[in-house]
Amino acid sequence: MNDRRDARAWLVLPAILIVGVLFVYPVAWLLARSVSEPVVGLQNFKQLIETPVYLKVLWNTIVISGSVTLLCVLLGYPLAYSMAHAGDRLRRLFIFVVLVPFWSSILVRTFAWMVLLQQKGLINKTLVDYLGLIDKPLTLIYNRTGVLIGMSHILLPFMVLPLYSVLTRIEPDLAKAAASLGAPPHRNFLRIYLPLSLPGLVAGSVLVFVIGLGYYITPALLGGPGDAMIAQLIEMQIADFGNWGLAGALAVILLLGTTATFLLVSRSLIGVR
Amino acid sequence: MTGAYWERLWPSLRAAFCLGVIVFLISPMVIVAIVSFSSAPFLTFPPPGLSLQWYRKLSSSSVWLDAMATSATIMLPSATVATVAGTAAAVGLVRGRIPGAGLIASLIMAPMIVPVIITAAAMLGVFRAWGLQGTRTGLILAHTTLAIPYVVFTVLAAMRLVDDRLESAALTLGATRWRAFWRVTFPLILPAVLSGMLFAMVISFDELVVSIFLSSPTVRPVTVQMWSDVRGDVDPTIAAIGALLLAFSVCALLLETVLTRQRARPLVAETAGTAPKIGPKIGPKIGPKIGPGIDSRTGRRTDPGTGKRTGPGAPR
Repeated sequence: MNDRRDARAWLVLPAILIVGVLFVYPVAWLLARSVSEPVVGLQNFKQLIETPVYLKVLWNTIVISGSVTLLCVLLGYPLAYSMAHAGDRLRRLFIFVVLVPFWSSILVRTFAWMVLLQQKGLINKTLVDYLGLIDKPLTLIYNRTGVLIGMSHILLPFMVLPLYSVLTRIEPDLAKAAASLGAPPHRNFLRIYLPLSLPGLVAGSVLVFVIGLGYYITPALLGGPGDAMIAQLIEMQIADFGNWGLAGALAVILLLGTTATFLLVSRSLIGVR
Repeated sequence: MTGAYWERLWPSLRAAFCLGVIVFLISPMVIVAIVSFSSAPFLTFPPPGLSLQWYRKLSSSSVWLDAMATSATIMLPSATVATVAGTAAAVGLVRGRIPGAGLIASLIMAPMIVPVIITAAAMLGVFRAWGLQGTRTGLILAHTTLAIPYVVFTVLAAMRLVDDRLESAALTLGATRWRAFWRVTFPLILPAVLSGMLFAMVISFDELVVSIFLSSPTVRPVTVQMWSDVRGDVDPTIAAIGALLLAFSVCALLLETVLTRQRARPLVAETAGTAPKIGPKIGPKIGPKIGPGIDSRTGRRTDPGTGKRTGPGAPR
């Protein structure tokens, strides 16, 4: 019986072969370029550190991703809270509303923001023509504002969904107990609810931050020249300069940043529990 | 006094805020849909009137029709291969008793976690050397690789809920290994497999970054065509194609919601609970009938209280 069971292990093989040959090998090849092209050595990393423009892009990447994470916390926490405390029907509607953008094309959503944010877009029209709040249209696109709005919109579901799943598991009796002992609502929230929701908050934030680090489409379409992120730099190095060595070095840095964030937080998450 | 006032106001403030966030989430999609029916000759919102002109233009444009055909001929094979390979891998991971299964699982899941720009650049570099850059085969292979983790992820969750003793029972009753899987386990994980396939289709259809790197002027999927148009002259044709992409995603999501509801039923406890009842039935009819027999029952009964001890695998 035992050897028969083991026979089913072979079913894993096709997937391993596909991912191994078409993904793992290419990625290893790209990462290896960083120290092998044009000559063997660390010159690509040296060039990265010594070129202010490249450092600016790395800094941009961290700042944009961090700001988007913060925005997603601010927008996502109340939404996830309401989802967790809504009735069955409303909750299902909420989940659907969060999942629709989750499933739809990033390009289409970014394009939608181009329509909304442009000089004569709906938002400016509303502010200038309909409400008359301002005289001149705001510059909402091809700058940092556009990138932050677009990326927050696209990454918000990654914040809301893990947070929601943690919030539904918080015992409502705890809040009642604290209230019966005289804790005012804000203290109840800060001392009881918030700490219990922390694992969800951290998981959501890590997801948003890490996915944000590698974003290409949205900053490319909604950002200005000063908002380039690491992914655009990688694309540029390959498409415009054919500089695979530098592209490889950037890939190494992006991958390290991604893994480091994951590891750092999975450790601190264990600490929280 | 002010404290109590705030307390009463708080729920409505929160509701208003949430409504705002929901509008923020949904409005871009709604606006793309509305603009696609615009009668204006350029991209403007709100549209001065409604018309189907952009859809008409779309259906008569050979560029867009070619792009749609390209997307479809990439999506179907890649989703099929990803579903088959992903399902097989999930079954192997759960049942194979592989040493280091966790490591293998994370290897297969890697394309889901590694930033897609890295995947795109890496594939370009290697596929170019293999003569696959700019070919349909290259894009099919790339999309297959990207979709496999999602299939594995979905099917793994379902496989963990299926009691292996069901298959063992079929085996002791004379079914072949293949037949036991096909008639017993497979019907139970089918909703998850279909969900995984939907995921794979949506991923292939909406994929952009890898496709930008691997496509060529002759092999150009819809998203890449849209990408190059968005950066140039933006006209409402793009809104029409965007609305079609959205419709595709929403249909997939609705289907997936239906499938998830089917999948959510706990399989282990329930099948175990029905064991005494199927017992006498399978005797004369042998293996093949077990599958449907159990399947029709699992759906309706919710009785997690019955233990696993009386499971059908016990005789082994």
